[in-house]
Amino acid sequence: MRAFAELLDRLSLTASRNAKLTLVRDYLRVTPDPERGWALAALTGDLRFDAAKPAFIRRAVEARMDPQLFWWSYDYVGDLAETVALVWPARPGANREPELSEVVDALRGASRAEVQTLIEGWLDALQPTGRWALLKLMTGGLRVGLTARLAKRAAAVMGAEPVPAAEIEELWHALHAPYEDLFAWLEGRGERPSSENPGRFRPAMLAQAIDEAVDFAKLDPADYAAEWKWDGIRVQAVNERGVRRLYTRTGDDISKSFPDVVGALDAEGAIDGELLVMRDGKVASFADLQQRLNRKTVDAKALANFPAAIRAYDLLAEGDEDTRVLPFAERRKRLEAFVAKEASPRIDLSPVQPFETWAEIAALRADPPAGDPQIAEGLMLKRWDSIYEAGRPKGPWFKWKRDPLLIDAVLMYAQRGHGKRSSFYSDYTFGIWTDGDGGARVLTPVGKAYFGFTDEELKQIDKYVRDNTIERFGPVRSVRAEPHHGLVFEVAFEGLQRSTRHKSGVAMRFPRINRIRWDKPPGEADELATLERMLARMEGR
Amino acid sequence: MIRPQDLLCPKPEGLYCAPGDFYIDPTRPVARAVITHGHADHARAGHGAVLATRETLNIMAERYGLEFAGTTQAAAYGEAVARDDVEVTLVPAGHVLGSAQAVVRWKGLTMVVSGDYKRRRDPTCPAFEPVPCDVFISEATFGLPVFRHPDDREEIARLLRSVAQFPERSHLVGAYALGKAQRTIRLLREAGWDAPIYVHGALERLNALYERHGIDLGPLAPATGGKKDDFAGQIIIAPPSATQDRWSRRFPDPVTAFASGWMQVRARARQRGVELPLVISDHADWDELTATVDELRPGELWITHGREEALARWAEMHGVPARALALVGYEEEDDG
Repeated sequence: MRAFAELLDRLSLTASRNAKLTLVRDYLRVTPDPERGWALAALTGDLRFDAAKPAFIRRAVEARMDPQLFWWSYDYVGDLAETVALVWPARPGANREPELSEVVDALRGASRAEVQTLIEGWLDALQPTGRWALLKLMTGGLRVGLTARLAKRAAAVMGAEPVPAAEIEELWHALHAPYEDLFAWLEGRGERPSSENPGRFRPAMLAQAIDEAVDFAKLDPADYAAEWKWDGIRVQAVNERGVRRLYTRTGDDISKSFPDVVGALDAEGAIDGELLVMRDGKVASFADLQQRLNRKTVDAKALANFPAAIRAYDLLAEGDEDTRVLPFAERRKRLEAFVAKEASPRIDLSPVQPFETWAEIAALRADPPAGDPQIAEGLMLKRWDSIYEAGRPKGPWFKWKRDPLLIDAVLMYAQRGHGKRSSFYSDYTFGIWTDGDGGARVLTPVGKAYFGFTDEELKQIDKYVRDNTIERFGPVRSVRAEPHHGLVFEVAFEGLQRSTRHKSGVAMRFPRINRIRWDKPPGEADELATLERMLARMEGR
Repeated sequence: MIRPQDLLCPKPEGLYCAPGDFYIDPTRPVARAVITHGHADHARAGHGAVLATRETLNIMAERYGLEFAGTTQAAAYGEAVARDDVEVTLVPAGHVLGSAQAVVRWKGLTMVVSGDYKRRRDPTCPAFEPVPCDVFISEATFGLPVFRHPDDREEIARLLRSVAQFPERSHLVGAYALGKAQRTIRLLREAGWDAPIYVHGALERLNALYERHGIDLGPLAPATGGKKDDFAGQIIIAPPSATQDRWSRRFPDPVTAFASGWMQVRARARQRGVELPLVISDHADWDELTATVDELRPGELWITHGREEALARWAEMHGVPARALALVGYEEEDDG
C-alpha cells in the first residue's frame, strides 16, 4: 500500500503527462502481482468501493479525538480525507500496514458492520499518505488527475517490448483485475490474453488535420469520400450475442447514461458514429447534448427533452464478422444496409457529400448546404480503400475543420501556469468592450486561453504581464487594460453558447490565442455586441 | 507574591523583562535585546546591546554587517549571564545553528522562552534541552494536530528516488537560506549523495558560515553558468521564492521540491506549484509541542505565535493553564 500511496501522492501533484506516464510505468514494473493489478484497476476506475461514507469517517475520528481540535484541523486543511489521514490518532499495537490486495480481499467478504472495523484497523496501521490513499479509495474516486487511458498507456510501455496502446484498449473489456494474464503477456512471460468477449470496445481510428497548403496538391479527389464532421461526441455502439454497450472513443462505457440509444441497437454488430441530440431527424446544438453527458443516471424528463441518437459513419463488425479489414467503400455499403435494416429513429446515417474537385468541396465547406451541415464542425475526408486501423495513421483519414471564429480581445488577467510553465504567466483571461453602469465603456471577461502561442511568444507575454501588473492576487495578476494601453489578442474559437455562469452571458468553445496584436490599441478590440450577433446567427440557422 | 507577568510581559516591541530591562526577540529596535536565533523575524538589526550565542551573533553580522548592534555579548550554552537582578541562560533549542531557549530566573521564578524549537535530531545543531520551569513560553507554528512531521530521512529518500526516476530532469529544492538549506544538504550527505550540490547565490554566505562552524556540507557548486543539460540528474538548492521565478528557467524541466513543514498540506503544495513536497521542518510538530508540555508540566503555558488556540486548548484539557500572547511579527522569513 505504501508504494501505491506514494504513487497517488505524486500523481496528484504532477502536471506533466510524460512524468505521470513514467510514474505509473515504473510502479507497474517494480510492484508484484496481484498488488499492481488492483492498483491499475483503481487508476482506471475499474475498482470502486463505496465502503465508507464521509459521515462514518468523521464519526470515527471524532470518537477518538477532541471534536473542536478536529474541526480546527478540518477548517485549516479543507479536505476531509486529507484531514483525517493527518490527524488520525492511531491506537497502539496496530497491525502491520495492509497491502492493497489485502484490502480488496477483506472488503469482498465483509458485512457493513465489519467494514467499519476493518477500515479503522487499517487507518491505525498506515502512515498518513497511506491513510489518505485508503480513504480516497474507500469513499470513491481517486481524482489524482490521471485518465484511464493514460494508465493503460503506461501499462503498454511497461515491458521490455512496448505494445501498441490500442491493443490494450481492445483487450481491456475482456480482462479482469488483477490482470495477471495481461502483465504476463506484457513482460513476455505469457500469451496475449484473448479479446474475444462479446460487447467489447474496438480502439477508434482517428483522423489527421489536413494541411491545405501541402496535402491537396498530392491527393486525388477521386480517392476520397467526404462527410460532414458532426459536433457531438464520437461513440461506438456494440451489440454482440445480446451484450449491448455504448463506449466513448477512449473506451469508457457510457451505456447507463444512454438507455435510449442502447435500446435501439437491435441488429448484431458494432458501429462507429457521432452521438448527438436529435429531434425529428434534425441535429440539436452541443449544449443540448451536454444535458445528457456526465450523468450517471438519466430520468424520464431528460430522455424526453434531450433525445439522443447516433449518426453512424462506419461499421466495425456485423454478426460475428470483423469488418475492419474491409476497405471503407465496402464497409460503407454494408453500413447503409445495416442502418436501413435497423430502421430506428435513434440511428441514422451520416450522408456522404458527393464532389468532383477539391475546389468544389472547399466551396461547400465555406458555405455548407441548408440543414444540419450548417452546424457541422467541418468535413471529414476518408480514402475509399482504407481499412479501419486503430490510432491515427498518416494519410487515410483527414479532418478539415471549418475556419475558426475570430475576435480581438484585451488581456485582463494572467495566471501562473503549472509544471514546466510554473515560472510563466501563461493562462490568460481576456475581455471585450461593453457598456458599463452609467454608459462608460468597460471590458467584460469573455474567456480564458492558455495555448496557441509559441514558447518565444510566451516569454514576451510573460514579460509584458510582469511589466504591466496592476494588482496581484496569489498566482493571478491583473494587467493594465485601457483604451490606449494594453495587449490585444486575436482569439480563435469554435463556437458560442449562452451561459449563465459567465457575466458576459456567452461562453466560447475551445478558445485559443491565434495571434498577438502588439500593434493594436485595445480601444479597437471587439465589442460584446459582435459576439451576440455571431450567436444570433448560429441560433437562427 | 511574585507573578510571572512581573518578570516577562508582552509589549508591542516583543516580550519585555522589566526587572532586567531587556526584550526577547524584539521586532523593533530597542536598547537591550536577547536574541534566540538568527532568523530575520527574531533577529533584527539596530538594537543597542545584544546578548545571543556566538553562532547567532555571527549569523546576524553575516546578514546585516558588523555594525548590526551597538554592543554584543556572546553567551555559551548553559552559561548564566546577569542582567540587573535577572539571570539569563541560553540553552539549545534544536531549531537552527546557534538557536537557543532563553531561561530567565528571578527571585526563585524560572521562565523559559523556547524561541522556535524542535525535538528531533538535526545534524547542524545541538538538540533541544528541556528545562524545568514555572512558565514555559512556547511557539506554536505547527500547533494543529494535522502537523505530524515524518522522519526526515524518508523525505530525503523520496527525493533521491525521484532523482533516480527522472534522470533527464533536475531537482530544484526550495529551502530557507538559514538552517533548512544546510540541514537538507547534510541529510543528503548522510543518505549517501556525494555528488556536487548546486546552490543559489543567496545561500552561499550562510553555507560558508556553517562550514566555518564545523558543519561539513561536502562539494557545493554555484547553480549558474554551464549548459542546461549539465543540470540533468542534479540537485539544486535555492530559496523558495527562486524556485518559481524566472531564475529557474535555466534548468532542464525541473521537478520543483520544497522542504518545509507546510508541505504536509497538499493544498499548500499545490498553491505553490510544488511537484515534490518534502515535509522537513525546523519547528516542533503537534506531537513534539504536546509532548514537551507534558514533559515539562509547567505551572503555566504561554504561547507566543502560530496556531495558539489549538495548543492552548490541548494544554487546558491536560491540566496546564494556558494563555495565548498573540505576538505579531513572527513567521515572516522562516515560515516553516
